[in-house]
Amino acid sequence: MLGVALLVFREVMEAALIVSIVCAATRGVTRRGWFVTAGIGLGIAGALLVAMGASLIARLASGSGQEIFNACVLLSAVVMIGWHVVWMSKHGRELAQHMGAVGSAVRTGASSLTLLLAVVAIAVLREGSEIVLFLYGMAIGGIGAVGLAGGIALGVGSGALLGFALYFGLLRIPMKHFFTVTNGMLVLLASGLASTAARFLVQGDLLPSWGAQLWDTSWLLSNGSLAGQTLGILIGYDASPAGIQLVFYATTLLLLIVGMQRLGRTSPSPSARTRSLPTDPASESLR
Amino acid sequence: MKKPFFVAAPILLALAGSPAIANDLPEFTLVVKNHVYQPSELKVPAGTKFKIIVRNEDATPEEFESTDFNREKIVLPNSSITVYVGPLRAGNYGFFGDFHQATAKGRLIVE
Repeated sequence: MLGVALLVFREVMEAALIVSIVCAATRGVTRRGWFVTAGIGLGIAGALLVAMGASLIARLASGSGQEIFNACVLLSAVVMIGWHVVWMSKHGRELAQHMGAVGSAVRTGASSLTLLLAVVAIAVLREGSEIVLFLYGMAIGGIGAVGLAGGIALGVGSGALLGFALYFGLLRIPMKHFFTVTNGMLVLLASGLASTAARFLVQGDLLPSWGAQLWDTSWLLSNGSLAGQTLGILIGYDASPAGIQLVFYATTLLLLIVGMQRLGRTSPSPSARTRSLPTDPASESLR
Repeated sequence: MKKPFFVAAPILLALAGSPAIANDLPEFTLVVKNHVYQPSELKVPAGTKFKIIVRNEDATPEEFESTDFNREKIVLPNSSITVYVGPLRAGNYGFFGDFHQATAKGRLIVE
C-alpha cells in the first residue's frame, strides 16, 4: 500500500503544483472553479484514454512515439501558458482603465481561462496516464483491493494537500504583487516544461543534445529527491541538463518576458497615455 | 497576437534541422523479468552516445527511469523500447523501474 501511495503521490504532486499555480493566477476570475474542475475531469478522462492507447503511441514513429507525444503535450502547454501571461500583461492594463466594466472583464477573463483549463487538463493527463498504467500493473500483480484503494487515497490525498499548501501560501502574497508573482511563476513553469520537452526529444534521438551533461549538481540536489522534483516543476530545475534543454528554457523565458513587456507597455487608447497607469493593473481588474 | 507562432517556430526549425543519427551507435540490452533488471549492472563506454534497449518480459507495464542520466520511458508488457543516452562522463549512474522500485534497480557503469 505504501509503495502505491508513494508513486501516486509523486505523480499527483507534479500535477497538483501546476494546478495550484493556475488557480492562483486566475484568482478572482468568475467561474474559475468550474473551469479548473472541468480541466481536472478532462485530464482524468484523457489519462485513461492515453493509458489505453499506450501500445499505439509506443509503436508510432518507429518507437519514438512516447517521446513525440510527451514533447507535443508539453509544448502545447508552454504555448498556452505563454499566451495567457502575454494576454494578461496586455489586457490587464486595458481592463484597469475601464474599471467597472465588469461584464467585459468576465468575458475576457474567461477567454484566457479556457487556455488554462487546457493546461490543467494536460498536467493531469500526463501524470494520470502513468498512474493508470502503474495501477493496472499492480492490479494484475495481485495487490488487494484494500491496498490499492488505500494507496490511491493516501497518494492522491497527500499530493493534493501539497497543492493546497502552495495555493494558500501564494494567497498570502500581498495583492499589489500577487499577479506579478503568479505570472512570473507561470513563466518559469512554462520554461521548465519546454526544457522537459527537449529532454524527451533528445531521448528519442529527434534532437541533438548539444552537450549531454552541461553540469552536474546532483551532489547538491538530485532530480530524484522530493525537493529536486518539486523545483523541477516550479522552476524547471534539472541537476544535469543537456545543452538543448537550456536553449529551450532560455528561449521560452526570453520570448515570454519580451512578449509581456512589449505588449504590456503598449497603451490601448490615446486617452490611456494621459492617465497614470497603476503599477499592478491585474490586481485592480480582477477582484 | 502571434505569440504561439513565435514560440513554435524556433522549435519546429530545430526539429526540422536535427539529423537523426541513430545508426551505428553501440547497443545495450536490459531485460525486465519478475520486476528485476537483468543484468543489473551495465558497462558502457564514457564519452559516447549509445542506445539502451529495455525488454519487458513481465505481464505488467514498467517504466524504465533514471534520475541520474535523465531518462524515462514506459515499457509495456512483452515489448521493448529504445532510449538514447549520453555521451556520459565516467561514473556510476543508477536506474530503476518506476513501477517496481523495490526490486527493479540497476546501474550503468560508465568507463
